Amino acid sequence: MTKLSSAAQPETQETTLDSFRADDRGTILAVDAEEALYHRLAALGLRVGKRVRLLRRAPFGGPLQISVGMTEIMLRTEEARCVRVARESGP
Amino acid sequence: MKRIALLGMPNTGKSTLFNRLTGARARVGNWPGVTVDLLSAKVLIGDQMVEIVDLPGIYDLGGHSEDERVVMRFLRNNRVEAALVMANASHLERQSALLAELLRLHIPLALVINMADEAARLGIRIDSERLAAQLGMPVCLISAKYGQGVEQLHALLRSVLGLNGALPRGTPMDTKTLDAAVQSSVSIPAQASHALTERIDGVLLHRWLGLPLFFAAMFLLFEAVFILGKPLQDAMTWGFTHLRSGLLDAALSSWPPLLRGLLLDGIYNGLATVAGFVPLIILFFLAMAVVEDTGYLSRAAFLMDALMSRFGLDGRSFVMVLMGFGCNVPALMGTRVMRSRGLRLLTMLIIPLSLCSARLQVFLFFIAALFSERSGPLVLFSLYMVSIAAALLTSMFFKRRFVNSEPFVLEMPPYRFPTMRHMLLRAWHEVNHFLRRATRFIVAGVVLVWILTTFPEHSAQSGAGSWASMIGDWLQPLLGPLGIDPRLTIALIFGLVAKEVVIGSLAVIYGQEGGALTSAIAHQINWIQAYSFMLFTLIYTPCLSTIATLRTEARSRSFTALAVLWPLGLAWLASFLFYQGARLMAA
Repeated sequence: MTKLSSAAQPETQETTLDSFRADDRGTILAVDAEEALYHRLAALGLRVGKRVRLLRRAPFGGPLQISVGMTEIMLRTEEARCVRVARESGP
Repeated sequence: MKRIALLGMPNTGKSTLFNRLTGARARVGNWPGVTVDLLSAKVLIGDQMVEIVDLPGIYDLGGHSEDERVVMRFLRNNRVEAALVMANASHLERQSALLAELLRLHIPLALVINMADEAARLGIRIDSERLAAQLGMPVCLISAKYGQGVEQLHALLRSVLGLNGALPRGTPMDTKTLDAAVQSSVSIPAQASHALTERIDGVLLHRWLGLPLFFAAMFLLFEAVFILGKPLQDAMTWGFTHLRSGLLDAALSSWPPLLRGLLLDGIYNGLATVAGFVPLIILFFLAMAVVEDTGYLSRAAFLMDALMSRFGLDGRSFVMVLMGFGCNVPALMGTRVMRSRGLRLLTMLIIPLSLCSARLQVFLFFIAALFSERSGPLVLFSLYMVSIAAALLTSMFFKRRFVNSEPFVLEMPPYRFPTMRHMLLRAWHEVNHFLRRATRFIVAGVVLVWILTTFPEHSAQSGAGSWASMIGDWLQPLLGPLGIDPRLTIALIFGLVAKEVVIGSLAVIYGQEGGALTSAIAHQINWIQAYSFMLFTLIYTPCLSTIATLRTEARSRSFTALAVLWPLGLAWLASFLFYQGARLMAA
C-alpha cells in the first residue's frame, strides 16, 4: 500500500464520504460509527489510512458504490456520512 | 462422529466448497444451541465417516448480527475436530481480523484460501507455506469452483483426522502480528483491478440504462421460468390425474368408499399438489443461482434500493416479490439471501400478496365470464395494481415492527460465471428441503378440506349438507356484505388448498363444466360481485403450500399466524369497500 499522509498533501480537503461524486478519490481519516456498523465497515476494508474511490451513485438518491483495495462495496448515504475522508482534488 | 465446520466471511465461496466436498448428500438439520437450520453432510474422508457443517458467513465474532451469534453458539455447544476458515485470496488483508478472533477461541483451525484462480489472474501471489509457518496452522490454496487444490485439502483432512495426526489448537495472536504475517506472504500488484467488472458495471449500473436493463432482465428470467415451468407443472398434474383414473380408481374400486375417498381425494391429491411445485422450484432456483452467482443480485439491490428503502425493504426484497408473481413458494424460500431477520420477515409478509400464476387462472376465468373483451385486460391490470398496492401498504404498516437490523453495507463481488454443477446442486437442495418440510403439512390440509366437504353427509353434487356448506352458510353474515354467496364461499374454502382448484370446485358446486359453468356463473352473479370475489381471492390467505413454506422458513407460529390473518382482514376490507362503494355508485 502506498503511504499517504493527508496533512502533507495541500490539495486535499476534509469531508465525509457521502459528499463524494463519481470518480472522487480520498484517504480515510476516521470512521465515526456505532459498533456494529464500525465492525462491518472495517471487515469490508474501510479502515483509517485506506484509499477509497467512489465509482458511482445509484439513481434517485440511492446507495453509493465505492472501491477500497480489491473490494467493491455499496452503502447508503447515511452510512457513508460516518466515514471522514481527505478528498484529493483534481483527477 | 468427527466433525468439521466451514466458516468465514460472506462471499468467500463457503457453500461452493461445501458442495464440492459433499456433493448431493447435504441435509438441513437442527443443532444444539442454534435456532436456525444449518446444512450438513456425512462424508467419507480416508476411512472415516466425518460430518461437515456449513456455518453462516460472518464478518466478525462481535455478535452484532444473528449469523454471528449462530456461529458463536454453534462453536460453544458443538465439538469440532477442525474448523476450516475460508478466505478470499484477493482480500486476505481485510480478513485477518476475523482470523485473529477465531484464534482466541482455542479451536483447531486451518486456513483455506479460496478463489486462487481469480487472484492469480489479478497477479496476486500468495506464499502459502510461509503463511502457514507464520500463523502456525495449515494453509491450503484452492479454487472451490474449479476444484484445484481440493485434493490437497482432502489430504490435509485425512492426516488431521487420522489416528496419529492432530490439528494444533489455535494460539492467540494479536492483530498486528497477524497483519504483518499476511502482508509478508502476499504480494498485490499496485494496479490490480477487476477491469472487466468495471466495464460491465458501466453499462448495467448506468444512470439511465441501469433500471430499464434490470427490468428487462427480470422480465426475461420470469418468462423463462414460467414458460418452461408451466408445461412441466401441467405434465406433472396430467401424470398424477391419469395415474389415478387409469390405475388407482380401478384398483381401489372394491374398497369402502370412505377409505377410498380419504386415500384418493385426500392423501393422493395432497401428494399431487406437492409434486406440482417441484418443477417450478427447480427452475426458480436455477434462475436464482444465475442471478446470485454471477453477482447481479447485489447490483439489483443497488439499483432498486432508493425506492425500496422507503418501504423498509431493500433491493433484494424487490427481486423476490417480483418472483412471487410467478409462484409465492420459491420466492419465500429465496428470501434466505437476506441475513437480517427483520428484513426477511417483512419481505416474507408481502410476497404472498403477489398475484401468482395460480390466482391468474381464477381471474382469467371470471373475467371471461363477466367482462367484455374490451374491459377484460383493464380489469386484470387493475388486479395487478391492487396486488402491488397491498404489498406496499403492508410494508408501510409493518416496517416499524420488522426493522432491518443490519446496516445496508454489501459487498459487490466481481462478475463471475456460474457453474452448472453448483446450480444443479442448489436446486436439488431446495427441492429436497421443500419436500421434507412441506409435504406433511400440505397433505394434512388437503385431507382436512376433504373431511369438511365429505362429512357429515356425503353428496357428490354441490357439497350440500357437508360441513363446508354449513360453514358457507354461517359465514354469510360476514361474507354477504362482500357480495360473496354461500357457493362462492365453498370455492374460497377450497382455494385455501390451492388457487388452482377454485375453478374445479366451482364446477363441482354448480354441477356444470366448461362453457356451461361460465354461463351459469354469469347468470348467478353480477360483475360487482365477481370483482369483489376476485379481490378477495387475490388478497386473502395464501394457499397451503405457501403457508407451509412460511411456517418452515420463519420458524415462528405467531409470524405464520400474522401472515395468514393480516391478508384475510385486508381482503375483507378491500372487498367490503369495493362492493359497498360500487353498489352505492351503481344505484
